[in-house]
Amino acid sequence: MKIKCRTISRGVAEGEVLLTNDAISFLGNVDPETGEIVEAQHELYGQSIAGKVLVFPHGKGSTVGSYVIYQLFKNGVAPAAMINLESEPIVAVGAIISEVPLVDRLEKDPYEVLKNGDRVIVNSTEAFVELKKE
Amino acid sequence: MYLTPEEEKTLNGEYGESLQKAIEILVALGDIYGADKLIPVKSAQIAGVSYKTIGDAGLEWISDLEGKVKIPSILNPAGMDIVRWDEMGIDPVFAKKQQEIIEAYAKLGIQTKCTCTPYYLEGFNVTLDDHIAWSESSAVSYANSVIGARTNREGGPSALSAALVGKTANYGYHLDEMREPVVAVEVDCELSGSDLGALGYVVGKTVGSRVPIFYMKNEPSKNEMKALGAALAASGAVALYHIEGVTPEATRKTFTRPDEVIPVERTQIDEVYETNKDILSSEIITIGCPHCSVEELEEIAGLVEGKKLQKEMWVCTAREVAERHPDLVQKIEKSGAKVVCDTCMVVSPATNKYASITVNSGKALAYVPSMCKVAAKYASIEDCINEAGVVDEN
Repeated sequence: MKIKCRTISRGVAEGEVLLTNDAISFLGNVDPETGEIVEAQHELYGQSIAGKVLVFPHGKGSTVGSYVIYQLFKNGVAPAAMINLESEPIVAVGAIISEVPLVDRLEKDPYEVLKNGDRVIVNSTEAFVELKKE
Repeated sequence: MYLTPEEEKTLNGEYGESLQKAIEILVALGDIYGADKLIPVKSAQIAGVSYKTIGDAGLEWISDLEGKVKIPSILNPAGMDIVRWDEMGIDPVFAKKQQEIIEAYAKLGIQTKCTCTPYYLEGFNVTLDDHIAWSESSAVSYANSVIGARTNREGGPSALSAALVGKTANYGYHLDEMREPVVAVEVDCELSGSDLGALGYVVGKTVGSRVPIFYMKNEPSKNEMKALGAALAASGAVALYHIEGVTPEATRKTFTRPDEVIPVERTQIDEVYETNKDILSSEIITIGCPHCSVEELEEIAGLVEGKKLQKEMWVCTAREVAERHPDLVQKIEKSGAKVVCDTCMVVSPATNKYASITVNSGKALAYVPSMCKVAAKYASIEDCINEAGVVDEN
C-alpha cells in the first residue's frame, strides 16, 4: 500500500515503525549518544529511536533540537526516517542537515494505518510512504 | 512552491551538497509556512555562535559545510570577548571551541563580527522595505519595527542557508498582510530611558508572538525603541511592533486600530524596577543588551568621567563600534568598567559565576535568571552606575 505525503526532507529509507502520540523535544527528550528516549513522562521512555521509522505528531522545544538530531546522525543512532502529522522548523531543519527523510500530511492518518513493528519505506523524494505486507 | 530552473538545479545537487542542503532548508520552511517562492535578501545575520548554545554538534555541522556566502553576512554575539576572554574568566577549553566555531563561519565568507546590533555596522545599513534574513531576536525587532525592513525570526541553520543561497522563503513578515497590527497597547503616561525596556518586559508576556501597535503619550528615541523591542522579544516572541505616528510603517499609513486593547499604567512600569529589590547589592552590573550605540557609550562615558567604580561593570558593544570610538572606550575604562565586545551577559558563561546582577535591559531581566541562574535587578543607566559604587576620584 502506497500513501501519498508531503516532502520535508528528501531521501529514501526503510525501517520498522515506532509510533508515539507525544510530541518530541530532541533537546531534553532524547539521549544524543544512544538514541534512547530519556524523558520519564514520555510515552517512548526507555526505547531507542535508532534506525526506526519514527512516527510522532510534531516537534517541540528549543531550536537547538536541530543540532541534537545532527548529533544522533553523527553517532549513528538517528532514526532511519521520520513521519509527522505536521512538521515544524526544528525537526525539519534537523532532518535536512542530518539526511534523515522526513514527511508529513499523509493522505491517510498514520495512526490508523501504521502500527508498531510494521516495515515501511519512506520515499520522500517521490513523496510516498509504502507499507510492506508480510 | 515555485522554483526557478536555477533553484531546481541547486535543489537537485548540481552545485554541490552544501548548497543543496541550504536550499532544501529554505524550501522546507517555505512549504511549512505556505511561501509561494524564494526572494532575494540583502544581508544575513546568523545565530548559533556561542559554544554554550550549539555545542559540538553545531560546530561539526558548520565545519562540514563548503562554499561561500552570496550576501553580506554577520554573526550573533559569541560566548566571550574574542580578544579579552581571559579577563572575563572564560575557561580556555570553552575559548578554544568558541574560536573554532568562529573560524568555521569565517571559512564560509561570513564576517566574524559578533553582535546583536548589525544595523550600526558598515554594510548592514538596511532601509525601509528591504528584505533581509536576520536571527538575533532584538535585531529582528529593530530591523522590522524601527527601520521598517522585513525579516522573519530566522534560526541559525535557516539564516546560514539564506546567506549561502542569497535568498529566503517568502512568508511571514516578508508579506504586507502579516505586518498588520492585531493588538493595541495604550500607555497612560510619558516614558523615557529604561522605562521603555520595562514596558517591553510587561507587554511581551501578554502579546506573545502577535504584532502590537503602541499608542504612546510621547515619542521614544531610537535607543529607547531598541530597548522596547529587545524586551518584547524576550518576555514574548514579538518580531515586529508599531508605534502610532512614530515607526516608519505607522507613519506611512494609518493602521486600523485593533479591537483588543492592552492598557498599561505607570504602576506596572514601576513594578519592574521593584523586581528582586531585596537583593541589596549586586555583584556585577551590566549595560549593553542589546549592544550599546555610540550615543549610549557617550552617555555612560559622561556619567563615569572622573569616577572610580567599586564593582565589576561590563559595558557590552560591537567591536566595530568600540574601535570607531577609542576615546569613549578609554573614558569608560578609566573608571574601572570593562568595555566588553562580541558577547553579552546573556550568552556568556562568564555571567554564571555571579550570584546577583543589575541590568538596564528588559531582555537581560527576562533571560539571565533562567539561562545563567543569576538573580537580576532592573535599573536605569544612571542607577546602574550608582549600583557599581561610584567614588569621586578627586
